[in-house]
Amino acid sequence: MDIDSEVIYLIRFVNVSKEYKNGVIALYDINIEINKGEFVFLVGSSGAGKSTLIKLLLKEEGITRGKLYLNGTDITRVPNRRIPFIRRQLGVVFQDFRLLPNKTVYENVAFAMEIIGASPRAIRRRVPAVLSMVDLSRKASSYPDQLSGGEQQRVSIARSIVNNPPVLIADEPTGNLDPETASDIMKVLVDINNRGTTVLMATHAKEIVNSMRKRVIALENGRIIRDEEKGGYGFEA
Amino acid sequence: MDELLETKRRVGMALKLRIFRNMFKQGIQSMWRNKSMGLASITSIAAVLMILGIVLVLILSINNVVNDTKLKFDEIEVFLEDQISREQMTKIEDTAKNVPGVVSVIYRSKEQALDLMKEDWGEDAYLLEDLETNPLPNSYIIKVEDIELADNLVNSIKTLDGVEEVKYYKDIIDKLLNFASYIRIGGMIIIAVLVFVSIFIISNTIKLTVTSRKREINIMKYVGATNSYIRGPFIIEGVFFGIVGALFSIVVVYFAYRYLYLNMNESFYNMFTFYLIPPESIFSDITVIFLTLGAGIGAMGSMLSLKKFLNV
Repeated sequence: MDIDSEVIYLIRFVNVSKEYKNGVIALYDINIEINKGEFVFLVGSSGAGKSTLIKLLLKEEGITRGKLYLNGTDITRVPNRRIPFIRRQLGVVFQDFRLLPNKTVYENVAFAMEIIGASPRAIRRRVPAVLSMVDLSRKASSYPDQLSGGEQQRVSIARSIVNNPPVLIADEPTGNLDPETASDIMKVLVDINNRGTTVLMATHAKEIVNSMRKRVIALENGRIIRDEEKGGYGFEA
Repeated sequence: MDELLETKRRVGMALKLRIFRNMFKQGIQSMWRNKSMGLASITSIAAVLMILGIVLVLILSINNVVNDTKLKFDEIEVFLEDQISREQMTKIEDTAKNVPGVVSVIYRSKEQALDLMKEDWGEDAYLLEDLETNPLPNSYIIKVEDIELADNLVNSIKTLDGVEEVKYYKDIIDKLLNFASYIRIGGMIIIAVLVFVSIFIISNTIKLTVTSRKREINIMKYVGATNSYIRGPFIIEGVFFGIVGALFSIVVVYFAYRYLYLNMNESFYNMFTFYLIPPESIFSDITVIFLTLGAGIGAMGSMLSLKKFLNV
C-alpha cells in the first residue's frame, strides 16, 4: 500500500508511458488521479494520446512503463483471464454506438447483463429502470435502425451502465451527433455522474467542454499539458 | 457462517447454469442462421467418416483373418525317419513337452496320416487305394499357443537324431502379419489426413459464423464477457455438426456393410476361405469411434476458427 493510501483513487496513472511496437511513443510519463464521483474531460487533437489512454484502461493495450491502478488494485499487468473482470468495472460508450442490429433496444441492454450471468429476475427489474433513466422506455421494443443517432447513443449509454460499473468511459460520445442532440447526451451523462458514477469522457467538442466547467485534462503529443478543475477546452481553434 | 457459504455456493451454481444456458441458446440460434453452411459441414464430416468406415471395416476384417489364420495354423509337424529308435522318439517328445507354450504333443503313425489324407481328398481318395506301400512318414503333431513364438522350439527339434523334417506355417503367418500392418499403417495415414481435412472444413464454416458475429464478439468483449463465454456457443455449434455428421455416417456405414455381409458373405468365403465380421460386432465400435471423432473434429474446428478473434 502507498503512504497516501487514505485516499483511494478510483483511477490512478503513475508515470505511465506507452510505446507501440512500431516505435511510436503514444503516451509519455502520464500521471493522473481521478476520484470517485468526478466528471473528467480528456481533450486534445487527434493523435494526442486520448484513445491510447482509454485503451490502456480497458486493457486493450499493454503498458510499457509505469503503474496503473483501478479502484486501489494494480492492473498494470494482469493475466488475460482477469481482463473481462476488469472491464466489468468500466462501462464504455463509443462514437459509433456499437449496438447489435438484430436485437431490440431492450435486448441490447439486457445482453450486457446476460453475459455476466445475471438472473432473469434481476434483468427484468434493472433494464426498464435504466431505459427510463435515459428516457427510452417507449422505444424498448424498437430496433436500432428505427432510432435516431441520439437515441442510439442513449441505448449504448444504458447498456454501459446497466451493470452498475463505478466508471463510465465515453470515447467521443457526441462525435456523430448534431449540437442539440449532443447536449441531450451530455445531460444524460451528467445525470449518471450525479448518481455517483465517475465519468471519463474523451472529446473534441470545444463548446461542450467550455460550457460544462468540469475538470479538463489536456493531452498533446502524448504528454499532459494541462489538468485543471472547472477548466475550458483551451486550445486555439 | 456455513449457511452463508452454502448460499454463496448455490448462487454460484445457478450463475454457471444460467451462463451455460445462454451459451447453448446462442449456439442453436447461430446454427439456425447459418443453415446452409451447417449442412455443408455436416456433409463433409459425414463423408470423411464414411471413408473412415470403409478403412475401419477393412482393418477389422484383416485382423479377423490374421487371428483366424493363427488359430488354424497352430501346429508344427515333425516328420520322423523310418528307422528311428525308441529312445530317439522319447527324446523328441520330452524336448517338445518341456517348452513353455506347447499345448500338446501327439504321435501320428503312417497309417493315421494316410487315413487323414484320404479324408481330405474325399471323392478322389480312390486314387490312394492303389498304393503298394505307405509313402507317408510317422510324425509328431505339436500344438502351440502362439505360432509366432515357435522358432526356438523348431530349431532345437530340427537338430535331434531321427528327425527328418520340421514343417510349420510361420512364413505364411509372417507374410499375413506384414500385410496387415501395412494396411493398418496405410489406413491410419488416410484417417489422419481425412481428420485434418475435416477439421479445416469445419473451422472454415465456423469462421463464417464468427465473421458474421464479429461485431457482437467485439461488444461482448467490451462488456466483460470471458473468453470461454464467447467460445462456448461456437464450440457447441461445432460439436453439434460433428455429432450429426457422425450419426448420419454410422447409419450409412452400418446398413451398407450389413447389405454387403448378407449378400456376399458366402461368395467371399468361397473366394478367400474366411468369413466377414458380422455387422453387429462392429456396430458398437463404429458408434463410439465415430461419435468421438465427430465431436472432436467439431470442437477442434471451432477452437481453431476462433483463435485470432479472441485476442483483443
